[in-house]
Amino acid sequence: MTYSEYLFPNDMHIYWSLMIVTYPFITGLIAGAFMASALFHVFGLQELKPISRFALLVSLAFMLCATLPLLFHLGHPERALNVVVTPHWHSAMAGFGFIYSFYLVVLTMEIWLSYWEEIVTYGRTSASGMKKTFWRAIALGAGETSDDIKQANKKAIYILGLIGIPSACTLHGYVGFIFGSLKSNPWWSTPLMPQVFLLSAIVSGLALLIVMYVALSSKGYLTWSTKCLKTLCFYLWLAMLFYMISEGLEILFFYYESSDAWFVISTLLFTKLWVSFVVVQIGIGVVVPFTLLSIMLFMKEDQGLYTTMAVIAAATALFEVWMMRWNIVIGGQQFSKSYVGFRSYHPEWLDQEGILTTMGLSLLPFFLLYVLTRILPMREAAEATEEEKPLQSGEPAEQ
Amino acid sequence: MDKKKKNRRAFIKSAGHALAGLLMVVAIPKPGWAQRIHDIEVGEEIPDWLDHYWVYLIDTTKCIGCGACVRADKRENGVPPMFFRTWVERYQITEDNHVHVDSPDGGYGGFLPEDLAQLLTSAEKDPAGPGRGGGKGKNKVTKGFFVPKMCNHCRNTPCTQVCPVNASYQSPDGVVLVDKTRCIGCSYCVQACPYGSRYIHPEKHTADKCTWCYHRITKGLMPACVTVCPTGARKFGDLKDESSEIKKLLATQRLNVLKPELNTEPFCFYIGLDQSVR
Repeated sequence: MTYSEYLFPNDMHIYWSLMIVTYPFITGLIAGAFMASALFHVFGLQELKPISRFALLVSLAFMLCATLPLLFHLGHPERALNVVVTPHWHSAMAGFGFIYSFYLVVLTMEIWLSYWEEIVTYGRTSASGMKKTFWRAIALGAGETSDDIKQANKKAIYILGLIGIPSACTLHGYVGFIFGSLKSNPWWSTPLMPQVFLLSAIVSGLALLIVMYVALSSKGYLTWSTKCLKTLCFYLWLAMLFYMISEGLEILFFYYESSDAWFVISTLLFTKLWVSFVVVQIGIGVVVPFTLLSIMLFMKEDQGLYTTMAVIAAATALFEVWMMRWNIVIGGQQFSKSYVGFRSYHPEWLDQEGILTTMGLSLLPFFLLYVLTRILPMREAAEATEEEKPLQSGEPAEQ
Repeated sequence: MDKKKKNRRAFIKSAGHALAGLLMVVAIPKPGWAQRIHDIEVGEEIPDWLDHYWVYLIDTTKCIGCGACVRADKRENGVPPMFFRTWVERYQITEDNHVHVDSPDGGYGGFLPEDLAQLLTSAEKDPAGPGRGGGKGKNKVTKGFFVPKMCNHCRNTPCTQVCPVNASYQSPDGVVLVDKTRCIGCSYCVQACPYGSRYIHPEKHTADKCTWCYHRITKGLMPACVTVCPTGARKFGDLKDESSEIKKLLATQRLNVLKPELNTEPFCFYIGLDQSVR
């Protein structure tokens, strides 16, 4: 039985817009950056020390903006707190407020403990009254540092990291659950969805850190270490590998089961999503960074080419994850629930949920990160005095 | 020291109780209708929720596609243009098993012969369309029928399940409703409904859908679409009323529901539902 195209009359509209593309992209970066930091704090990967605290600040900067796309999207943003005041426990979405708040507390505590020594020192040494009061307040009255306290803090950071890993996984995995649990939509409805989201989150977090690490260390803001870059690239390669397997399995299952779902998905892939999914996301976003990262596995990290390749691979991987969000969120709405009708989405520039808002919301975390790094140092005082030459532009330093 | 310890323990204990109490008040899920009871003002008659259990039946073999139901519903409920609480679909199946479905403006103006002519003309240009070759030979339309559609008021509702704030709920008499004063307009329910029965109201910015004209049925009236249906294709009634026509029809007719494979347990049943219906 074949069908001519037909959309249900209420299916002419696309409700989940660019804002809902931006939201999982931001939460993915939060989770990914935190995981990178946890590799040092929890799993003791010393190579990642130069970015371990900075990764936490990146996570916080994006965390503070994570709710904004949702507020721009809601029909009644003034009722947003109803989600936590009168939650409906059967709804995956109702978990957001609690998971978000919990993770924010864990992250803030971890950052506070990571910077505790500096905070206390600033409180003691700051000259002006305002500054002194600010730092003393942040230090919660603590005025002295001792080795005992430092050891206790280290332990606490480890425990918070342990709690933070499943929290970060839940924060983003549950976004995948929101989509994956909808049986009404064959493009979304798969148990692999939370896993795909989580792995892509790690990809995006690591990719962002690589780009920022190379950029900031070339200016001397972060301590340059080729081992750090190499480790980040290796974990990016690993995350991409698992991500590709999951995404590939998803499509393979749809194809092999060949149910009603495959009819609509195959049509989608070969029409509406041909360019954005097949050509751009897979063709460019997956093939380019994975090939580069695979080659880099066999390269010496002290070559200038290595750094260039790392930046290209990370930037394309970051782009791939954004495209993945687009293809999932928008792609899943480009067909009618009749499964035999398709529609297009063209975002407006000046719309409340349009392109300019998206650009603004995507840049805001970087501004917040700038503010955060003005308050809290990107690297430890001990690191800054180490005799490691900062990377000069275009020329990586020898380790 | 002991006293200090005891005090601390007592403090932790009472703080724990206070937290548990707060959680009880704030977070224990209540069915939407239970919360609604508090909204009823003093002196207002409380609906006899537990005395009824509503059900809807559509006999597709009787529908003539006049669109009276769509017009009545739009008028009764102020449904905005381009959105539909109910609509009618026309199915035409050609001899080579090709299905063509249309629902111009949700069937608001009925289905005119001109529509069919236009459809056949455009189908000639479209090799996948029906009636190729002017509706002659193997491509001629062999089967045609109308299917009215609306919210299925499912028992295992995917839409109320996903509502994060309990704004979408099922009343004890079996009607799926939306509390517009609580809805945050997240559209999750719109995504979750497999039937395309929900939409976000362009002015109210909240979810909207068929209520089986709840304001009418709680006053003993029929939904507007049932009242105006000239052929009796749409039937509505109370399962708890032993003498109701709908109870007899449900007991004796061969019934089907839309997308039964999704296990949403619709309470809108169909007589004569063809397998081609999406």
